[in-house]
Amino acid sequence: MQTLSSRLAAGEILIAEGAMGTLLIEAGLEPGGCPEAFALERPEVLARIAREYLAAGAQVIHANTFGASPLKLAPYHLEGRMEEINRRAVEIVRAEVGGRAYVAASCGPSGRMLAPYGDAQPDDVETSYRRQMACLIAAGVDLISIETMMDLTEAQLAVRAAKSVSGAVPVAVTMTFDATPRGFYTIMGVDIPSAAEGLIAAGADIVGSNCGNGIERMVAIARAFTAVTDRPLLIQSNAGLPETRDGKLVYSETPEFMAGYAGELIAAGARILGGCCGTTPAHIRALRAAVDARRA
Amino acid sequence: MQLPEHIASALQQGDDETVAALTREALEFGIAARKILDEGLIAGMNVIGEQFRAHEIFLPDVLLAARAMYAGLDPLQPLLEREGGVARGKVVIGTVQGDLHDIGKNLVAIMLRGAGLEVIDLGNDVTPRRFVDAVQESGAALIGMSALLTTTMPVMKEVIALLAREGLAKKVKVIIGGAPVSAEFAREIGADAYAYDAASAVAHVQRLLG
Repeated sequence: MQTLSSRLAAGEILIAEGAMGTLLIEAGLEPGGCPEAFALERPEVLARIAREYLAAGAQVIHANTFGASPLKLAPYHLEGRMEEINRRAVEIVRAEVGGRAYVAASCGPSGRMLAPYGDAQPDDVETSYRRQMACLIAAGVDLISIETMMDLTEAQLAVRAAKSVSGAVPVAVTMTFDATPRGFYTIMGVDIPSAAEGLIAAGADIVGSNCGNGIERMVAIARAFTAVTDRPLLIQSNAGLPETRDGKLVYSETPEFMAGYAGELIAAGARILGGCCGTTPAHIRALRAAVDARRA
Repeated sequence: MQLPEHIASALQQGDDETVAALTREALEFGIAARKILDEGLIAGMNVIGEQFRAHEIFLPDVLLAARAMYAGLDPLQPLLEREGGVARGKVVIGTVQGDLHDIGKNLVAIMLRGAGLEVIDLGNDVTPRRFVDAVQESGAALIGMSALLTTTMPVMKEVIALLAREGLAKKVKVIIGGAPVSAEFAREIGADAYAYDAASAVAHVQRLLG
């Protein structure tokens, strides 16, 4: 299998998978439950999800390791099984996709706030990430995907942790931005130029955004990144912003609506296109079809 | 500048040491704890809240201001409890299951206590069962719920449903708040009130408790 980096360097557009959380909830994830425990307790669910996204045309599939850093597992008292959780989650996806897709490690926020805003020390956060990255890289991931980040310092610690384990595995970082009258900022006040500069300085190979926005805003976010960097962009859009209807959460952007913006997203610099909250295999299928039609 | 205004200003700067020092100075000066709370700490946090909502400032500034608020609250708390007098009603308050955001909820608790109510603060990540158990154990006539994540708002509907199943629907009033919450959502789920901020929360609670 050709490396992910070489395909991106050749200008290829790749499709990543969609939401994980919604599918886990449908499969019985309880409120307050640990999503990453599925690797231990219900691996067949994770296998099925990987199969569905592969069938939908995903070429990059994330393992269910978003909250599997020691710090994030600690409130569930599962940090002792951190190595097992990360390794099994990767193995499950690899067993389904083989060489037909790239296996990405998903790494989310540590759940702790760095001092002075909270009580976490940078060394402790970096160590937590390094321990997780070591497991993921040993398990054979093709990409480290640090996602849904809001704090730039924390994201930089995660990138450095990954690179300290191996310089050979590409590292992507996507942050979550809010649209404000003054432009896009994360909730911690990081704007896109600062994000791009800080993440690349820390060693990120791929940058971009996931979550927080529907496809139209993601196009604007991609453009803002492209204005300050020529690194390949990873964009994973929500299926719109969540609305509550009848006390339930609903995401209203359809697969057709999202796929209709694929061209603009690519023109704006996106090289890996996937989905986040509210997206389904149908959304990924539509995105893949739109991208294939452009290739034809 | 009066001392309370000075406190509000220092709070907005996130200067917890100055807020604590000025609060103690204001108390020594004979200014009532309640006045320091309202015109100093809460006034300052209200400005922070507005600026955050308007995306003029971000979470770091909010967190530093909150830290300064707690620093000022420390010397005030025992005095506020004494000034509160006879409790004029009991309320149960908490941030819903799955949600750990509590600055706003804590502010509401402080203000409700300042208004003379007994507040049972269940903290964060509170399940529907815990809310209802607390109401049954304490005899509180009102539940106040906060959510700052869209994904945790549905828990509010579950709490109301549980109250109904336990025959408490008429006896216990429900007020909800939090950034993604709205008056429309409150209507949809059958809550008795929605409060945009801590000050209006107090007004609604007083109205609901009669």
